[in-house]
Amino acid sequence: MPDLGIEVIWKGKNLARLLGGLAAALRISLISVAVSIVLGIFVGILMTWKNPVSRAITRCYLEIVRIMPQLVLLFLVYFGTTRAFGWNLSGEAASVIVFSFWGTAEMGDLVRGAIISIPRHQYESAAALGLMPSDVYRYIVLPQSVRRLIPLSINLITRMIKTTSLVLMIGVVEVLKVAQQIIEANRMSSPNAAFGVYLFVFLLYFAACWPVSLLARYLEKKWG
Amino acid sequence: MSEPILTIEHLTKQFDGRTVLDDVSFSVQEGEVIVIVGQSGCGKSTLLRCINALEEIQGGEIRLRGQPISGNAGKLAEIRQKIGMVFQNYELFPHLNVLDNILLAPVKVQKRNKNEVREEALALLERVGLKDRAESFPRQLSGGQKQRVAIVRALCMHPDILLFDEVTAALDPEMVREVLDVILGLAEDGKTMLIVTHEMQFARAVADRILLIDGGGICEEGTPEEFFGAPKTERAKAFLKTFSFERKIRKEGMKVPAEE
Amino acid sequence: MNWDFIREYIPLYREAALLTVRLGLMGIVFSILTGLVCTVIRYYRIPVLRQIASVYIEISRNTPLLIQLFFIYYGLPKIGIRTDPAACGVAGLTFLGGGYMAEAFRSGIEAVDRIQTESALSLGFTGGQTLRYVVLPQALSISMPAFMANVIFLLKETSVFSAVSLMDLMFTAKDLIGLYYETTECLFLLVVFYLLILLPVSLLGSLFERRLRYAGFGN
Repeated sequence: MPDLGIEVIWKGKNLARLLGGLAAALRISLISVAVSIVLGIFVGILMTWKNPVSRAITRCYLEIVRIMPQLVLLFLVYFGTTRAFGWNLSGEAASVIVFSFWGTAEMGDLVRGAIISIPRHQYESAAALGLMPSDVYRYIVLPQSVRRLIPLSINLITRMIKTTSLVLMIGVVEVLKVAQQIIEANRMSSPNAAFGVYLFVFLLYFAACWPVSLLARYLEKKWG
Repeated sequence: MSEPILTIEHLTKQFDGRTVLDDVSFSVQEGEVIVIVGQSGCGKSTLLRCINALEEIQGGEIRLRGQPISGNAGKLAEIRQKIGMVFQNYELFPHLNVLDNILLAPVKVQKRNKNEVREEALALLERVGLKDRAESFPRQLSGGQKQRVAIVRALCMHPDILLFDEVTAALDPEMVREVLDVILGLAEDGKTMLIVTHEMQFARAVADRILLIDGGGICEEGTPEEFFGAPKTERAKAFLKTFSFERKIRKEGMKVPAEE
Repeated sequence: MNWDFIREYIPLYREAALLTVRLGLMGIVFSILTGLVCTVIRYYRIPVLRQIASVYIEISRNTPLLIQLFFIYYGLPKIGIRTDPAACGVAGLTFLGGGYMAEAFRSGIEAVDRIQTESALSLGFTGGQTLRYVVLPQALSISMPAFMANVIFLLKETSVFSAVSLMDLMFTAKDLIGLYYETTECLFLLVVFYLLILLPVSLLGSLFERRLRYAGFGN
């Protein structure tokens, strides 16, 4: 069997370091998701308001986030704030800011979609039964929207995890960076380490995202 | 009696082990109009779908002019051309306009000359009062108009027999008549038809023979006069009773004028 | 804002943007082909190939493009598969996009009512004719919004191409920031050029979506 450089992974603390890198990436994405969900609910409700000003602002916000590659946003915050405000943001802080900014918009749009997907006659028939407006939300609208929302927000987690791979480009030490260091350090002893180590990182990301995707799909089918 | 167009012998249909149709047999003569009635869920629509091989059957045999339909996968497309079917929800193709909906199968399946079919289609559209809608898309038509187009689409294939599956069930009441009038006209032309419907007045007018399906089988069969005038079985009487209304108790002092 | 600097480096950005668009379009075209192949395989339930297609779709949708590129560009040469940066970029984008396109087409096909197929069959169409004349035209229209979203998504994903030393917009911006410290100008040009690429596509996408909604398929 040719040398595929896979044995490098088991050498010394390499495996622990790679997993540590993954943990760093997961930490960034989970913090961002948490922030996104909380802020996204507010932004989503804001999006359903008929007020033209709030409408225009949320619309612009969503379009900007949708149209700019996350990496560009990352560059803007990481390099731009240093220049504009003299801040010296760590790469990790810049990542959390950008991913939260992005995730909040996406989450807001999901919340908006879930709220407006409840047909009008659901509100009307609840009101006709004599329910107070707050009860209508509590017993009729929220339970129905949350069921639609949960699978979609779980999907947002996988997208977030995949996106965190970008933080390499602004110098955050995560899986890929660790992988590069390991390959560099073992250049002499195992010249083919790039194959094995990158394959391993590839599988690592798949192992992190796939179960979450499956869960989202399962819930979507169950509650869809 | 001549050879029947369609024969159904000992047909059995099950869904997941539940028997829906159990040992159903009957035959359809050339030019005959048969109306099938029964409670919702009694299997009458399933029967039509079996005849067009849209459902697999678990027993018995269905033959069109002697040719078996079931277990004849190789010739299925060919046999289906001879059986026209009209569905409850029209099922026009939404991406094609009215004329293209009608032309698609004759041109692509039967490889007939497009201009000839077009002329025939336009003549049929004129007959059902829709010649000016030939270029419209299905979404621009009312339910009754869509259903008339669907009938023309089936007719243009020159089928030996037409199957109508509750074709007015999805229509607003004021549109039912325009569709049923078209079917009545076809009956007068001598078309062979198998009609599933809940419209009893219409059934009485159009049918040569009425079949009542109940409990997975044909429980009563007869001419409209026999069926509506003097039903033989208790089940037929009970079925017909669901179509009549009667208020048994009226409050004092609120008598309707006719009773005074 | 240093306008002289901006004027001087516009040509450099234009080159980079053209590279992004060229590789992006190639990747998108190959993604569509890959997606269609997967869709046909899954529609006809071709054994073995169908399982392979499903595994591929799961992997392509659940791994980041950056990792895919690293593996293709740095990993594969070790087992003798060498690609130049441009080919690697297109290959990576195709690997990613094929899975997304396949899913978009599949959901389009699933959205066509089963009874539409039955209605075609009852007119005597064969299975293949039904797919060609009745199911596919409807499915492709229905999947148009998802398709356009994928196109925009894939164009945005090209921003990681600099990782395999392609001189795209990100590469150019980062390079110039490192050289001249004209951060504001470099980032301004970066945003403007991405807007030039993505805004027209996004507008086209919402136009399609509005037209489809107007067409109001179904009854």
